[in-house]
Amino acid sequence: MSIELTVNGQVRRLEADPDMPLLWALRDHLALTGTKFGCGMSLCGACTVHIEGQPTRSCITPLAAVAGKRITTIEGLSTPAGRAVQQAWIDLNVPQCGYCQSGQIMSAAALLASNPHPSDVDIDGAMAGNICRCATYVRIRQAIHRAATTLAASGAG
Amino acid sequence: MDFRNSESWTAPRRRAVAPGMTRRQFVKVTSIAGAGLTLGVVLPGCGPKGGGIAARGGIVMPFLHVDSGNTVTVICKHLEAGQGVCTGLPAIVAEELDAAWSQMHVADAPAKVPTYGNLAFNPQGLVQGTGGSTSVANSWMQLRQAGATARAMLVRAAAKRWHVTPEGIMVKDGVVSHPASGRTASFGELAESAARMPVPRHVKLKDPDQFTLIGRKDLPRLDARAKSKGKERYAIDVMLPGMMTAVVLRSPRFGGKVKSFDASKAKAVPGVVDVVEIPSGVAVVGRDMWSAKKGRDLLAVNWDDSVAEKRGTAQLLEDFRRLASGKEALTAIERGNVDTALEQAQKRIEADFEFPYLAHAPMETLTAVCRLSQDACEIWAGCQFQTVDQANAAKVTGLEPHQVSIDTLAAGGSFGRRANFESDYIVEVASIAKATGGRYPVRLIWTREDDVQHGKYRPLNLHRIVAGVSREGKVAYRQRVVGQSIMAGAPWGGPKGVDPSAVEGNAAEEYDLEQVSITWSEPKVGIPVLWWRSVGHTHMAFSKEVIIDELAEAAGKDPVAFRLELLAGHPRQAGVLRLAAEKAGWGKPFPQGKGRGRGVAVHQSFNTAVAQAAEITVSGTDIHVDRVVCAVDCGIAVTPQIIEAQMQSAIGYGLSAALWGAITFTGGRVDQSNFDDYRVVRINEMPEIEVYIVPSTAAPTGVGEPGTPPIAPAVANAVRAATGIRIRRLPFDLAAARGAQHT
Repeated sequence: MSIELTVNGQVRRLEADPDMPLLWALRDHLALTGTKFGCGMSLCGACTVHIEGQPTRSCITPLAAVAGKRITTIEGLSTPAGRAVQQAWIDLNVPQCGYCQSGQIMSAAALLASNPHPSDVDIDGAMAGNICRCATYVRIRQAIHRAATTLAASGAG
Repeated sequence: MDFRNSESWTAPRRRAVAPGMTRRQFVKVTSIAGAGLTLGVVLPGCGPKGGGIAARGGIVMPFLHVDSGNTVTVICKHLEAGQGVCTGLPAIVAEELDAAWSQMHVADAPAKVPTYGNLAFNPQGLVQGTGGSTSVANSWMQLRQAGATARAMLVRAAAKRWHVTPEGIMVKDGVVSHPASGRTASFGELAESAARMPVPRHVKLKDPDQFTLIGRKDLPRLDARAKSKGKERYAIDVMLPGMMTAVVLRSPRFGGKVKSFDASKAKAVPGVVDVVEIPSGVAVVGRDMWSAKKGRDLLAVNWDDSVAEKRGTAQLLEDFRRLASGKEALTAIERGNVDTALEQAQKRIEADFEFPYLAHAPMETLTAVCRLSQDACEIWAGCQFQTVDQANAAKVTGLEPHQVSIDTLAAGGSFGRRANFESDYIVEVASIAKATGGRYPVRLIWTREDDVQHGKYRPLNLHRIVAGVSREGKVAYRQRVVGQSIMAGAPWGGPKGVDPSAVEGNAAEEYDLEQVSITWSEPKVGIPVLWWRSVGHTHMAFSKEVIIDELAEAAGKDPVAFRLELLAGHPRQAGVLRLAAEKAGWGKPFPQGKGRGRGVAVHQSFNTAVAQAAEITVSGTDIHVDRVVCAVDCGIAVTPQIIEAQMQSAIGYGLSAALWGAITFTGGRVDQSNFDDYRVVRINEMPEIEVYIVPSTAAPTGVGEPGTPPIAPAVANAVRAATGIRIRRLPFDLAAARGAQHT
């Protein structure tokens, strides 16, 4: 079946099973490998992308559900919040193995887009769905606060 | 569009092989000088034509290249699995080379011994691999020599060019200068002529007080940018022209074999291209992951369970207890007369401790890519045991090891899982490639369920301990350990007597004890076991540190003071314990709120000592760890930010196991399957952590694992302080522990 997606601002058409999770369409058909597979059951958040700006687990989202929707992956993350989060991640040396970090960053960017000054409780609420087995959580928390400060200073938040 | 034709991934600052050199050429260059290279002999720039560094001329050494583009590329012989070797190892080179951090790049070494062997595994470098927290420790002198050698050649090249003596030349931040004449040159400008300089036989290394990069607190990780942009390349991201994706259906019981299978429904799934039997099960190959997985879901396999392990956890523990009560045991260490000392003890504690099987559960499941032809097998994976994997892939494909190339990519975590003697996932992907005749490159992906249910686990363990303390404060300690041997699977033959990894970090090693006996019994179980972040220390530290705490209480002493009395011969442990206690405010009264408690533990593993003080809140049967103060002594702190990160990481990892981690069996089948029933720490469950590093001028020791052992006992001791409940079984179950205490 032919499905049309808008990924990172580009319209992409692919022939694929409408039941196929968006994750595998992105990775295997569109070569956007920044989005990761971790659990396949929406338990770990490694596959998080934005659909119409909302953080969404692509591993359980069938293609049929996102046809015509605006999808953003780590490769296309270019919002002020997204850029601030990525820079804070780099500045604070957040990643260890790095595998979950695309998902962490997509969740954090979505959080800051809706809540420019998150408290620790807000961060827990928004980020608890993203597992990091390297347990980079201490720095993730610091980096989200730092990105919030950067955004506020730039007036973009 | 056909994505499979895309081969366009690059990650800044990280390259699979030095750019401009094909793998074959690279191996050729690095093999010329053989074993002598391990101490930094230089080869002239002799690369192939093309745009790469070798073609641009420059110094080409096994561990570093300095090219005319002013880039220094460090060749990393170890797997980067998050622990930071791709920053720590370049830092060592850059220090002695006096390079600028901004010019440092890193590339993964090919599988090649002895050049890239791990000198801690074997002084001759016969095995290439990463483990035992050895990467920095075994590379320390090797990479300093390499950096200093290249520096000396750059200096000589400058001296020759400027007609001055080398003594008048300075090197700083990647710039070679001659202050007297005011001349300067970059490494890149000198690289080509430096490569033609004679190789100095002896180079002077810096004194630790001259270090400027080593120990720098703000040193950026070389992989932070790529990993924050989704550009790091893992095995699961490899795409080759025509590549297919495979998943494998394995026996639900360990030891089960395929009796027969019906692939008709699987083959009917659009996109499924092959269904083949391999030694570990049946592989379904599809054009993408989705088709392969759908196909596998429809596969019907009959398993022959005649030799499979069919016991459940309850039965296994019963069998372990029988072993603990039996006479059959090997003695690991026996000192003094323990029986007499225990009889005369003022207080005695008898306890059985139980530790479950644990899965590693790295975020990236096991994944590997294989391209097979008649005379070559190419493997892409986050290999942790490169030359073991190479040999195993050769055996499966019928090739010689030198015909198997290993492209080591970043691993999405490992914690020991990717280093195993059987190379399970590498053998699987090579087997699939062979069974499909090498018609296409194959990418094997394990699902999370595969990872949890087909692991090689931290072994189930039973400890039976009798310990006592005399009126004078002398400790007597008897421990029987019952647990499978990990080293029994080593290709060079298992241990002759006690498997050291089964009893490592025992009380006799860690404290000054005159009356101590540690014995070990090996149960025969058909469940595969493997090192799991800190190996035997994961369980040995727990029972030791919990019992020591209770002995302190029995002796009426403070747990820190009591330990320090037993650590006179262990200055590293004593040092971290003092530091952690001081920073945690141990000397001051702990604010007792409802359910609040604090506990401490100290343990040395892989030559690094770590102490942790944990503060917790218990509500009902829930434990929340609020704060952990951690002190570490790992010798010279090469990259303090990474050391801090590794301590945080190890605490989170150990906490997951302490609070929830367990792989259990019913009728030989694993009960857990994914992160819902194999629960791990999330951000809201992560404590605040403070890390303090003991200043040192001793050679560096590892940090990947040693932060793990102390956290579980520190929290258990805090639970006891808060509630009076003694924890004897992992993961912690307060309701059960409370019940056990009252019966």
